[in-house]
Amino acid sequence: MMNSHASKMSFVKTAIALSVTTLLLAACGKGGDKTAAAPADGIEVKIGHVAPLTGPIAHLGKDNENGARLALEEINKAGLTIDGKKVVLTLVPEDDAEDPKTATQVAQKLVDAKVVGVVGHLNSGTSIPASKIYSDAGITQISPSATNPDYTKQGFKTTYRLVATDAQQGPALGDYVAKTLKAKTVAIVDDSSQYGKGLADEFEKTVKAAGVKVVAREASNNKATDFKAILTKIKGSKPDVIMYGGMDATGGPLTKQAAELGIKAKIVGGDGMCTEKLAELAGDAVVNVTCSEAGKALSKMAQGPDFQKRYKERFNSDVQIYAPFTYDAVYVLVDAMKRANSTDPAKILVVMPDTKMNGLVGNIAFDSKGDMKEGVITLYDFKDKKKTVLDVINM
Amino acid sequence: MDIFLQQIINGLVLGSIYALIALGYTMVYGVLGIINFAHGEVLMIGAMVSLSLLRLILSLTSDLPGWLTLLIVLPVTMAVCAGLSYWIERIAYRPLRNAPRLAPLISAIGMSILLQTIAMLIWSRNPMTYPQLLPSSPIELGTTGATITGKEIVIIVVAFAVMYGLLFLVEKTKLGRAMRATAEQTQIASLMGVNPNRVISITFMLGGALAGLAGVMIASNYGNVHFYMGFIPGLKAFTAAVLGGIGNLQGAMLGGLLLGLIEALGAGYIGELTGGVFGSNYQDIFAFLVLILVLVLRPTGLLGEKVSDRA
Repeated sequence: MMNSHASKMSFVKTAIALSVTTLLLAACGKGGDKTAAAPADGIEVKIGHVAPLTGPIAHLGKDNENGARLALEEINKAGLTIDGKKVVLTLVPEDDAEDPKTATQVAQKLVDAKVVGVVGHLNSGTSIPASKIYSDAGITQISPSATNPDYTKQGFKTTYRLVATDAQQGPALGDYVAKTLKAKTVAIVDDSSQYGKGLADEFEKTVKAAGVKVVAREASNNKATDFKAILTKIKGSKPDVIMYGGMDATGGPLTKQAAELGIKAKIVGGDGMCTEKLAELAGDAVVNVTCSEAGKALSKMAQGPDFQKRYKERFNSDVQIYAPFTYDAVYVLVDAMKRANSTDPAKILVVMPDTKMNGLVGNIAFDSKGDMKEGVITLYDFKDKKKTVLDVINM
Repeated sequence: MDIFLQQIINGLVLGSIYALIALGYTMVYGVLGIINFAHGEVLMIGAMVSLSLLRLILSLTSDLPGWLTLLIVLPVTMAVCAGLSYWIERIAYRPLRNAPRLAPLISAIGMSILLQTIAMLIWSRNPMTYPQLLPSSPIELGTTGATITGKEIVIIVVAFAVMYGLLFLVEKTKLGRAMRATAEQTQIASLMGVNPNRVISITFMLGGALAGLAGVMIASNYGNVHFYMGFIPGLKAFTAAVLGGIGNLQGAMLGGLLLGLIEALGAGYIGELTGGVFGSNYQDIFAFLVLILVLVLRPTGLLGEKVSDRA
């Protein structure tokens, strides 16, 4: 008798605890996205945004979302009129958790929510599977950061991107390693993702063609924390350079652990690990790193410093890497709406190929596949733990 | 040879951390027969809490030596994790004590997601740097070419000391006897004057404290923390516990160390052994393959004993 009473009581307590937590979560959620509130007047037009908001690179996902949100808020504040009607943009933020399966689910969710265009996804491995769904629905998809060449090679009319591709980034890194660093041997590690492996493959092709010997080709995964086993193996083959294809959440620890094993090799990587956060994650070992970004450096963008200031004021954090590109992606969509004089996704899609815009990230115009006409690769190294521009390569 | 020795060291460090976490899984399974999937998240909370404490101490004074700062932070962190573990049991498992086996498993997964989300809200989505308080520059081991860092030595020594302490507690003390009795037959134990709820709570708290310790170790070893950091070690430690024979303390330790060594040696040598057919990306598959083999040949795990059906 006592027992059942006690268990009932504890169940009630559990229920209370859970509901309090849910309330807390709901409250926090509201604080987070103020723009999600229903528009006061005008037609509501939804723009989807997808990036991983949970998991190891949630910080980069949030950075992307913030960029899009900033653009949206500015446009709403200035007022937008399409076809004589006042339009209020709302952002529909979704989380794909860096997972290809989830990516297709949230893509369908956005299609069902009748968004007029999608900014995203962040990763190549999620942008590519999701692109089929947007293509079937006839909704424009602009990825701010997917660099895998395959993304725009599928023959879809809906896929666009604002960055250079790994078919440009890989060779740029390879050239740097072969010609500037004059490396004789390299070891290559990737995170087994579509992006990481793709970039590593492009890099490998270039260095091999330049006569550099690839002494090890290893792979880990995008959630790994311990790289000592792989690095120990690499240490035995004594490469001049280690190339990593992956994100900062794994690239940072890899760089740090290499130093702990006494490896002196230079470490090079692509845009995924080329973030301000890398300096923190890799610690002092970040001096060994040279990395590339598949776009213009924030400091080299005409409006870059001003953007950084507005971003910081609004979100109280620093730009990680691709926020300027999501910011521009929203402007590209709105520009297309203006030119089409419509908020109909089909009409927006028709005018997308003619995009000619002077954006934050530079001149935006697309080739027939949806890639940037003027691709830029920027090389960085780290001085005093700050990302510093080393070289700018125009494609 | 230098590479082989280095891989053994890598494996030992990884393995002692796995073992420490695996103990938490195996103890809870021992007394309750359930898998506490929120265990990895307790580890993450431990790392986060210790980071906040470290930041607080470092903002007040930076004169304390690193090891002393860690010694101050560690007991507090372990206490917080013990408390958290206690409440996880009270909220997610105790109301379901007599429910079908599947129910506590689902509430465990729910608890794990809840804790991750709460940590994300409190400590943000960003990966954060964990202060390096223990020496992390490589020490050359004679002329072998292998290296070890100060913090790795500390991790191995502390893990083994704690494991020995736990064994002593379970095998030689009155509390340990109560734990073993509850594990064997909860109802009979309560007839003998053991309060099973108390024993279960203490078991959870012990497991939580160990997870807190492991959290601090992982954070100091890898130098950064993230709300997602508990997931993979939790999964690996669970594997280690099953490998060694879940419910068996020595089994968890053996399983943890073995898994660490298998992973390190696997990543280092699969490529050469298979003539380049399988690369280091198969290191996890290799570890799980060993698990499947062990379970097929010895379903109770390496050291697990055949348990007679519960009455």
